[in-house]
Amino acid sequence: MNSRILRFIAALLSGGVFGFGLSLSGMLDPARVRAFLDVAGDWDPSLAFVLGGAVAVAMLGTFLSRRMKRPVLDQTFQRPTETGIDRRLVLGSALFGVGWGMAGFCPGPALAGLSLGLGPVFLFVLAMAAGMTAHDRYIAKASKSWGTPS
Amino acid sequence: MTHYWPSLVGGMLIGLSASMFLIFNGRIAGVSGIVGRLMLSRAATNAAFVLGLLAGPVIYLAGFGHWPSMTITASLPTIVAAGLLVGFGSRMGSGCTSGHGVAGLARLSPRSLVAVLTFLSAGIVTVTLMRIIAS
Repeated sequence: MNSRILRFIAALLSGGVFGFGLSLSGMLDPARVRAFLDVAGDWDPSLAFVLGGAVAVAMLGTFLSRRMKRPVLDQTFQRPTETGIDRRLVLGSALFGVGWGMAGFCPGPALAGLSLGLGPVFLFVLAMAAGMTAHDRYIAKASKSWGTPS
Repeated sequence: MTHYWPSLVGGMLIGLSASMFLIFNGRIAGVSGIVGRLMLSRAATNAAFVLGLLAGPVIYLAGFGHWPSMTITASLPTIVAAGLLVGFGSRMGSGCTSGHGVAGLARLSPRSLVAVLTFLSAGIVTVTLMRIIAS
């Protein structure tokens, strides 16, 4: 089979396992996400188990990938190149966190949740796409110059 | 503890997915990055990952006989504002809960640790303030 098709199938499987894992974990439910963030209220710690389990298994994968010259189905690893901790990273993450807390949705669960066919989820994804486009079109270049070169 | 088993196993599957995407495709399974790149270039790999993501809850439905629960209480204006902030912020901060939270922490990236601590704190403050204002 040609390698482009294999790459497509591998990405489809990765996405499927991700989406099923999100569904099983309870992370698709914005009420549970918000209950996890409500540490001073009626705290639901389940998402700590989601994150802990995910990071532990992903560490094994990261370890394995570092011993490989190239990925199984492609020429190179596309690893993040930025290393500096700058204002862009902190301000962007803070804005993201405020939005995450307001509605209890982040990109993965919101996208996977589209399959349930609920109107508010569609609305969230549309607004999210608009926010991404606004940043990439109007802010990306300007904000890059804020960062300290790494 | 039994209450937390699905969360732990679901989390481990998310970690497995991140490992698969890295080992087979050589890419970081960061959803905001995948969506951002998909809107720019329509690359097949990104489209395939998103298709799989959409299939996830359907596989859950096939296995358990019901959809995973999604309880949405936020008003529509809140949802729009939250979506704009999540989209804008995840691009500005180069990642979200998956890219920084799972893949980044697994790589022991200091940048991702700062991002995760920042968005967790911002999320905690936001939820707490909203609860205080509502009561």
